[in-house]
Amino acid sequence: MLSIKNLHASVEGKEILKGINLEIKAGEVHAIMGPNGSGKSTLSQVLAGNDAFEVTSGEVTLNGENLLEKETEERAREGVFLAFQYPVEIPGVSNLQFMRTAVNAMRHHKGEPEMNAAEFMKLAREVSKQVDLDPAFLKRGVNEGFSGGEKKRNEIMQALLLQPKLAILDETDSGLDIDALKVVSDGVNALRAQDRAILMVTHYQRLLDHIVPDYVHVLADGKIVKSGGRELALELEERGYGWLGIKEDATEASSAN
Amino acid sequence: MATTDQEVNELIKREYEHGFVTEIEVDTFEPGLNEDVVTRLSEIKKEPEFMLEWRLKAYRRWLEMEEPEWAHVGYPKIDYNAISYYSAPKRKEDMPQSLDDVDPELLKTYEKLGIPLHERAKLAGVAVDAVFDSVSVATTFKEPLAKAGVIFCSISEAMRDHPELVKKYLGTVVPHTDNYFAGLNSAVFSDGTFVYVPKGVRCPMELSTYFRINAANTGQFERTLIIADEGSYVSYLEGCTAPMRDENQLHAAVVELVALDDAQIKYSTVQNWYPGDENGKGGIYNFVTKRAACIGKNSKVSWTQVETGSAVTWKYPSCILRGDNSVGEFYSVALTHNHQQADTGTKMIHLGKNTSSTIISKGISAGKSSNAYRGLVKFGPRAEGARNFTQCDSLLIGDRCGAHTFPYIESLNKSAIVEHEATTSKVSDEQMFLCRQRGIDPERAVSMIVNGFCKEVFKELPMEFAVEAGKLLEVSLEGSVG
Ligand SMILES: Nc1ncnc2c1ncn2[C@@H]1O[C@H](COP(=O)(O)OP(=O)(O)O)[C@@H](O)[C@H]1O
Ligand SMILES: [Mg+2]
Repeated sequence: MLSIKNLHASVEGKEILKGINLEIKAGEVHAIMGPNGSGKSTLSQVLAGNDAFEVTSGEVTLNGENLLEKETEERAREGVFLAFQYPVEIPGVSNLQFMRTAVNAMRHHKGEPEMNAAEFMKLAREVSKQVDLDPAFLKRGVNEGFSGGEKKRNEIMQALLLQPKLAILDETDSGLDIDALKVVSDGVNALRAQDRAILMVTHYQRLLDHIVPDYVHVLADGKIVKSGGRELALELEERGYGWLGIKEDATEASSAN
Repeated sequence: MATTDQEVNELIKREYEHGFVTEIEVDTFEPGLNEDVVTRLSEIKKEPEFMLEWRLKAYRRWLEMEEPEWAHVGYPKIDYNAISYYSAPKRKEDMPQSLDDVDPELLKTYEKLGIPLHERAKLAGVAVDAVFDSVSVATTFKEPLAKAGVIFCSISEAMRDHPELVKKYLGTVVPHTDNYFAGLNSAVFSDGTFVYVPKGVRCPMELSTYFRINAANTGQFERTLIIADEGSYVSYLEGCTAPMRDENQLHAAVVELVALDDAQIKYSTVQNWYPGDENGKGGIYNFVTKRAACIGKNSKVSWTQVETGSAVTWKYPSCILRGDNSVGEFYSVALTHNHQQADTGTKMIHLGKNTSSTIISKGISAGKSSNAYRGLVKFGPRAEGARNFTQCDSLLIGDRCGAHTFPYIESLNKSAIVEHEATTSKVSDEQMFLCRQRGIDPERAVSMIVNGFCKEVFKELPMEFAVEAGKLLEVSLEGSVG
């Protein structure tokens, strides 16, 4: 489904991704682990088409189509979903309106009729229960005053609503307590499907207790330095990154999370 | 994500959908302004004698006045002798007796603007006074309103049919000496709307005036007077459009509101005059004086405005809170794009005890436009326990526009309480990226973000018009992202 070949990307002239190769098939769940600053978010953002990052070389295809030449919104409509590590607030725009606009943009793309406010409200209420988010959140501004955990659940809710082909989850587990982690993991497990690929970026192995990945990759300094099955995650848990010759934290403390 | 910053620089077409011209026979005065013009104007309108004197006095005073230059706007000097002060569609009768007397071309014009005047197609529950250039061409729903005792007619009619009310209130809120444009308006105002809601009456429907400038080189000087007698309530809305013309056109209106004891007036404006093209050519100069006098105790006036049009806007809907416990509100969205300039805000003058006012101003700037909020909150010595809350938020789209805030506070009473909040924000790249990542078009995203920013003001608009205002913003923002 997703094929990444020798992907290089930089931001503000600084090379961050230094030749990523990755193949993900439909139905698979891949975990990307790596210390802070290794480029995990950069990879996620580049796949979603954030043009703050410049792709300097390499190839990315989704179901055979060149992803890199498409606008962000086109990629989204064709099924690329990114759950943000730091979801941004949009004051005054209700979560409900935002989600309905997104869902209808997708439906429009597929030639399906738009959902009216009442239909969507019904759907949204159901899905909000699935991620244990009070329906009152639907009326609030997008991420406006949400706690860290609420933001993450809100992201998963959007993934469930939009039913993407490729879901990229950027540290959807970080900053969650045990209960919230369980809710988010259940949400992600509900996303698992034969025709869907999931790319899960995580810092901690604990998420992988709940969501069992098919493959684990270790990203360090913009390259995948090791790939394996889920036992690789356990090994990282026990031994840290040191045995792979990787420094624990590639950035200043300020970017930690 | 560079969308908002970079691509905004490639500002493209902004479609103004009301830019057509109506081909119609008109009576127009030769350009120029003198006492003779003022006299002829008064004659053609068959005004009572006192009105002619009133106008001439204003005219003589205006000659001694100076055009203001303090506003944060710039425009070439206006030649007041190059403007025609009267243009009206030709017709047999002096007044349209019924809609059948109205020129079909005119009816078509209003239909095209989404304001059908025909009995069958009329806007449900909204009575409309349609002002075309210098005259009122039609007023709908007159009868049901008359049954409730509400007078809703053109100000020309009011001068003939209700001279006592006009004489009593005209110029009491905005005297001709008030400012340059108010002086000019007092001398040459051609038409406008008059509303009187009698004691204890809740006006049974929304009232609205739809202003249309059509003729070239003609100024529109309308005058609106609304009087809410004791314990009455009225909600009034005005809408405005003009054809696309390369020359600038002057619109200098005066609106006076009078609220007596326990009366409430809700006045909403959706202003969409032609703003000029993307190079700043053409457009309306919108120099307007709007003021409400809350003379009665417990009276209340709310101004809600959505300003998206005009090349230059100079407008400060204000409240004089004279009655004890009276309340003034000002909710404003002002959007500027391309080369538009807006200097708008309000004045809340607290004179009575326990008077309170709320100001919510949302300024949105895109392109190379400039958007200023100017507000004065004043407490007189008798204004015990008075309070004001002001919130001014600016939103920038792109990096070549400007937002300015000029709040002034004057207090002669120690017990007065003022709260002021101001913010400036941008439509951020992160917000845009989030929307687009969810499959939403960039233009739709900007309009959604801007609408969210304006939410507190839109919720003050009458239902029918809130939707309209949202759509108008969307159209006005066209081309603000690549
Ligand atoms: N917008 C940006 N501007 C400048 N540097 C950036 C930007 N985004 C990321 N970086 C840098 O790129 C490197 C990788 O960051 P990131 O992809 O966020 O890592 P991770 O998600 O693995 O912690 C870091 O050194 C970070 O400082
Ligand atoms: Mg990260």
